[in-house]
Amino acid sequence: MTKETAELAIEAHGLVKSFGDNRAVDGVDLAIRAGGVYGVLGPNGAGKTTVIRMLATLLVPDGGSARVLGHDVVREAAEVRARVALTGQFASLDEDLSGLENLVLLARLYGYGRRAARVRARELLEAFDLAEAADRQVKTYSGGMRRRIDIAGSLVVRPDLMFLDEPTTGLDPRSRNQVWEIVRALVGAGTTILLTTQYLDEADQLADRIAVVDHGRVIAEGTSGELKASVGSGAVKVRVADPSDREAVAHLLAESLGAVPVLDADPASLSLRVDDPAQVAGALARVGEAGLRVSEYSLGQPSLDEVFLALTGHPVTDAAPDETEEVRA
Amino acid sequence: MTQLDARVTAVLGGAERPAPASPVASSVAFGWRAMLKIKHVPEQLFDVTMFPVMFTLMFTYVFGGAIAGSPGEYLQYALPGILVQTVVFITMYTALTVNTDIEKGVFDRIRALPVWRPSMLVGALLGDSARYAMASTVVLTVGLLIGYRAPGGVLGVLAAVVLLVVFCFSLTWLWLIVGLKVRTPNAVMGTSMMVLFPLTFVSSVFAPPETMPGWLRAFVEVNPVTLLVEAARGLMNGNPDVGDVLGVLGLSVLLIAVFAPIAMRIFNRKN
Ligand SMILES: Nc1ncnc2c1ncn2[C@@H]1O[C@H](COP(=O)(O)OP(=O)(O)O)[C@@H](O)[C@H]1O
Ligand SMILES: [Mg+2]
Repeated sequence: MTKETAELAIEAHGLVKSFGDNRAVDGVDLAIRAGGVYGVLGPNGAGKTTVIRMLATLLVPDGGSARVLGHDVVREAAEVRARVALTGQFASLDEDLSGLENLVLLARLYGYGRRAARVRARELLEAFDLAEAADRQVKTYSGGMRRRIDIAGSLVVRPDLMFLDEPTTGLDPRSRNQVWEIVRALVGAGTTILLTTQYLDEADQLADRIAVVDHGRVIAEGTSGELKASVGSGAVKVRVADPSDREAVAHLLAESLGAVPVLDADPASLSLRVDDPAQVAGALARVGEAGLRVSEYSLGQPSLDEVFLALTGHPVTDAAPDETEEVRA
Repeated sequence: MTQLDARVTAVLGGAERPAPASPVASSVAFGWRAMLKIKHVPEQLFDVTMFPVMFTLMFTYVFGGAIAGSPGEYLQYALPGILVQTVVFITMYTALTVNTDIEKGVFDRIRALPVWRPSMLVGALLGDSARYAMASTVVLTVGLLIGYRAPGGVLGVLAAVVLLVVFCFSLTWLWLIVGLKVRTPNAVMGTSMMVLFPLTFVSSVFAPPETMPGWLRAFVEVNPVTLLVEAARGLMNGNPDVGDVLGVLGLSVLLIAVFAPIAMRIFNRKN
């Protein structure tokens, strides 16, 4: 084995997994270095969870191979399990049990004795701001608390590698920030993290490198800067004075710049890719001539939203919600 | 109060790294979890205790007179059967528990741990066996209160309960397969009712097979529940039939030999 492969936390070649005739994962290659956060970004149904389940030894691949921390995920599954932790997409604790009981159970499974398990469980609850809810059933926890206890459950023993499957989906901003803080603390302690997300800003904020997946394939890989650069020189962001003009402005700009407009959540703003910044002035002039008013505009690097659109031909949020996001996925 | 990230960093540093739990220790831990569930979800206990009480009372007083001449006499005949039926019925909760675990993702988390994977199933079975013993105690207590007296004495009754728990432990492997294969907890309920109603009612639980029409009798006589009921009845009545008891034990071994490997295989490859 070469020195370089020895440093890889995850190495996958041509991973394939089909469910019936649906190729959920269709030839995924990954080379993830130890240390830091690696982001897997993709819409609902892209195959993120399926990839993680194969890497965490829960699912046997139909094709291809993967090594995690130097061990083959099929032939050396036990070695892999001893050093990785998985926090699934849906809080995966026994909802009928209290938070304390759940953590004690996990600590006992990790090999702690009866008394030591209770001590460890209390420490974790304390650290994750859950001491007051220790004796309440997990089903009474809020979304943010559930996420925290779920992550705490993976940290009874510090794993060398942790899989975090959409850890902030559905969380309020405060809880999301808390999860981000926890992720950064973990990285600081030396754990490598593979994190999946549907949120581009999350990948941008947390991940050192990002793989963009769609329909079971990796369609782009690199740092967020590289991904943005690969898409084009930049983007123009426009705010219209009157939100009801946005459609018309988008239409005009699309025509003169030859790019697909991205409509932001903010009803007054939109953005477009530009290959040649010199065209922008002319395009905006045409908007003015048509009697539509732009209150501000800026030229900048493309956002990951635009990256995704350019790579896949459809925006992230457009992905059809998938019925298999039902809990079993 | 210190920052979340500082506290998390500290708690990560404090982790000791013991060797993961042995197969026995992890099975015991899962058994403990099953016991906790009884504490937190008393409905399960309610099912386990109320149904047998209702069944015992209902059958004794509603049908007893008509079937056996008097409720008292019928109770002597039917109680061992009701005991068997009650416990066989609650075996299906195993399927429900496993299925709920899969649905909630608990299953995935546990399978990703460095412990002997079957311990999750073994622990669940241990917990369930405790439930079988509890349900047996309830039926027997109610029976005793309304006048049931076992000619076989305490030893006969104990032997019957042990035999019953052994059989149900074996049967539970079949329920594990159902729990692993069926999509939702509701479907599990549906499937199990379809299997359990005919199996327990079309047997010698409530009436002797000799009183039934030939075609029905043919089924009743090959129904394994009939064998189990006859073996338990023999033990409780103080005239144990060695053939029946061995038959039940043989059947239990067969159930485990066939269904345990299948359940384990599905469990390990479950996607
Ligand atoms: N257990 C399963 N059975 C059948 N199809 C599945 C299963 N798990 C996932 N899929 C399918 O595989 C595809 C990828 O799903 P998933 O990996 O969950 O995507 P993501 O996590 O990116 O949302 C989807 O089309 C989904 O319908
Ligand atoms: Mg997913």
